[in-house]
Amino acid sequence: MSIGWALVGVLVIAGLGALGAVATGSRGRALVAGVSTAGVGVFGVLAGVSALGGEAFSKTIPQLLPLSEVTVTVDALSGLFCALIGGVAVIAGLYNIGYSDGHGSRTGQSLLPLFVAAMILVPAAGNVTTFLVLWEVMALVSLMLVLAEHRLRPSVRDAGVWYAAMTHAGLVAILLGLVLFASKAGGESFTALRDADLSTTTRSVIFVLVFVGFGSKAGMVPLHVWLPRAHPEAPSPVSALMSAAMVKLGLYGVLRVGLDLLGGGPRWWWLLVLVAGGVSALFGVLQASVAVDLKRLLGYSTTENMGLILLGVGAGGMFAADGNRTLGSLLIAAGLLHALNHAGFKTLLFLGAGSVLRATGLRDLDRLGGLVSRMPATTALFGVGALAAAALPPGNGFVSEWLLLQGLIHGLPGADAVVAVAMPLAVGVVALTAGLGVATFVKAFGTGFLARPRSEEAAGAKESPRTMRFAMLVAAAVCAGLAISPASLGPALTRVLEALPTVRDGSPLEGGVTLRLTGIAGSISPVLILAGLFVAGLLVVVLVRRGLPRRESLVWGCGGTRLDPRMEYTATSFAEPLTRVFDDVLRPEHDVDVTHHAESQYLIESVRYRQRVDDRVEAALYPPVLAAGNKLGAVLSRLQNGSVHRYLALGLGGLIVVLVVVGLTA
Amino acid sequence: MSTLGVVVQVVLLIVVAPYLVGVMRQVRARLEGRAGAGAGQPWRDLRKLFRKEPMSPAGSSWVFVAAPAVLVASTLVIAAVSPFVATVSPLDGVADLFAVVALLLLGTVALALAGLDTGTAFGGMGASREMTVAALAEPTILLAGFALSARVGSTNLSAIVERGQQSPGAVLSPATLLAAVALAVVVVAEAGRLPVDNPSTHLELTMIHEAMVLEYAGRDLALVEFASALRLTVLLGLWANLFLPWGVATTASAPALLLGVVAFVAKVAVLGAVLAAGEVFMAKLRLFRVPELLAGSFLFGVLAVSSSFFLA
Repeated sequence: MSIGWALVGVLVIAGLGALGAVATGSRGRALVAGVSTAGVGVFGVLAGVSALGGEAFSKTIPQLLPLSEVTVTVDALSGLFCALIGGVAVIAGLYNIGYSDGHGSRTGQSLLPLFVAAMILVPAAGNVTTFLVLWEVMALVSLMLVLAEHRLRPSVRDAGVWYAAMTHAGLVAILLGLVLFASKAGGESFTALRDADLSTTTRSVIFVLVFVGFGSKAGMVPLHVWLPRAHPEAPSPVSALMSAAMVKLGLYGVLRVGLDLLGGGPRWWWLLVLVAGGVSALFGVLQASVAVDLKRLLGYSTTENMGLILLGVGAGGMFAADGNRTLGSLLIAAGLLHALNHAGFKTLLFLGAGSVLRATGLRDLDRLGGLVSRMPATTALFGVGALAAAALPPGNGFVSEWLLLQGLIHGLPGADAVVAVAMPLAVGVVALTAGLGVATFVKAFGTGFLARPRSEEAAGAKESPRTMRFAMLVAAAVCAGLAISPASLGPALTRVLEALPTVRDGSPLEGGVTLRLTGIAGSISPVLILAGLFVAGLLVVVLVRRGLPRRESLVWGCGGTRLDPRMEYTATSFAEPLTRVFDDVLRPEHDVDVTHHAESQYLIESVRYRQRVDDRVEAALYPPVLAAGNKLGAVLSRLQNGSVHRYLALGLGGLIVVLVVVGLTA
Repeated sequence: MSTLGVVVQVVLLIVVAPYLVGVMRQVRARLEGRAGAGAGQPWRDLRKLFRKEPMSPAGSSWVFVAAPAVLVASTLVIAAVSPFVATVSPLDGVADLFAVVALLLLGTVALALAGLDTGTAFGGMGASREMTVAALAEPTILLAGFALSARVGSTNLSAIVERGQQSPGAVLSPATLLAAVALAVVVVAEAGRLPVDNPSTHLELTMIHEAMVLEYAGRDLALVEFASALRLTVLLGLWANLFLPWGVATTASAPALLLGVVAFVAKVAVLGAVLAAGEVFMAKLRLFRVPELLAGSFLFGVLAVSSSFFLA
């Protein structure tokens, strides 16, 4: 199918699905919304796969927007992101059928296909106006989806305000950057921008502006504050769509504007991206490793993974700026592969968290547990996702982190001092991130799903309906496919890199069973590692486990009575050593309330202990900005007193100022 | 013929691993003025445990049952793919240094999850401590690997070992020596030896590894004990071959393989004896001092990479 028809399919199904969900009663609504979302996703995947197969598409519709025209251009880079978003949408749509069955709100359900359609169309935009309009549509629709459950929890409103403010601050930065770009280039189509001849200063200003905007969408520290609020509070299919798909559009923006439209640029741009990525990866994983809210943990893990991706892209851009295309293309390919892998496992994990939330009403890991016997399929599937997210073999996250490390360590020969300092630190950051990531997901899986239930809600959990399990199974199968055969993505990644003029350089990875790199002596074979583990495990089981039956025994309770679930380790206690080690960075808050006995000071009635780990970056940076904003608002509010005369006078004054400025500059 | 090398290597590691633990205990016993049980005692213990039925604590799941198999399997894969006896192997290129590190971590994770699955305070405590140590050791391992591979231009283990044999002087370069110190600390931490963890303690304040495996009995315990012996052998063997690469067979001929076997046994035995002798004179560090030790080794890793660049 041609890309054009697939995009028409995206729009038509999204429109029909939205209308259908509005028209349907509460019983069939989730089904209509879910099926149409999955349908939109299918067309997105079709468009993306055709583009990755080498097809290109360009179309201009002049009448659609006033003062501008709508341009749609799809190349391989767009195609990768269309396919990624479409794939996540198919799974999230299927999941929505069971998840929102009977209680999905009319607004929330009818907006779901529109959100997916907007996301799929953003990378297909071919000029600045089209891009900005679609970007804003995506932001607004996702904001309404985040607010879908605002009647149930007051924290949703708070998250909505943060998200609205941050996404619009980001939009302002992107808008300024792209409008400046278009005005200097003398045309707003991407082709005109690509051919523009601009001074280095202008280019740098544009790059920094759009990087701030796209970085906030990608959850970069310190612009990440909306992410761990909005992603957990949204309904779970929306969390998956936002965390797995929407944040990737920030990456798309950086690649499209930085490497394609601006054509590379000086090295410090990419050093900036690398540092921002490294800081985000470390901060994200540290917060995730001490988080006790399962969905908040996954949100911070998104910041971590986007940080790793941008670290790869930044390092790749640096090497490309130095003319080392082999490493440049390898590192950017590693970033893109990690984006795909992250989309796969984060979808799976958020859907798993959603199943837990639906079955128990809990996101608090300290009160979960014991789900392995109550929700066996969900537990196993979440385990697959956690293995991938921990970047352990044979999961898919391991392959892309391996590629990233390979790219980083081969930059040393022939490097200058900046690279020689940056690369070891980057390797250290990736390694610490990987190590803490493992601890994070052992905590999430081990305390959330294993052992005995720590609350009555967890004890009464029931397995999810079949459609939800099927959707998670599809996500797990995608992860397995990516893990077993990363080399099969080689041709597609090569085409994507061809869209980036300073980077393109043959195919960065190749091979069948064994994944090989071009230009670098490095190889692993994910399939053979998996096969080896399987064979060795089977041998152990067959040789050693035969014969004697297994017996159930009492747990050792130090000679005391039977163990109570309250004596189990919780997520907080699991993370305690890490909290202590990273005390200076995390600054946890401890509250100890001691209630004394009424009769005597010396007898204690109860002790309450509470520990909270807040986001320290947020606590340090945002209150001054918010206070300044409030102050400015208070001053400006004097301008309006509700009198019509005042507003007319302000309008007249504004007009005079504009006329004076135009008269002076013309 | 090169397939024979892999088989020899795996069988050798399986046989030698419990003896290594036995030798280390014997060295320690003699230095402490005890007679000791002899180097064969771990094998005798394993034989006894293999005959006993496995037990699962009430309320535990398949994770508890599967963990020992995963632990042994991940270590066996490392034993098959790394150059312990010979660098020529049909499995060369399946896993490099980073993949081996990740496989070691996979085993740690399996045991940590099993510890959490028992639902006891001990299991959770051990898992939490083990994961903290593993997470903090990770940067050192990868940086030391970076320093070693910068010289060779590849993270392939066989390539690093062969290059070490061809240019013996490089083994004494500052980068390699610094990397050796960094990795030695990590090997001690990963193998759960003093001063990071004490393998012979059962005191809750100090346990890491033993706390996780407290609920295992019978065959399961045998597998866990065997796997930790195998991991110790693998770690010492890797360290030995990365920094003292001599004797490793570069061809698949029978005499070369024989020499490789002898050299491997000798190197691992000497390293094990040195480690055991060192442990006699050392006390366990407080748990919250361990991160300082690992941060120190990370610094050595950074220095190793910098010196491989600036002093090359």
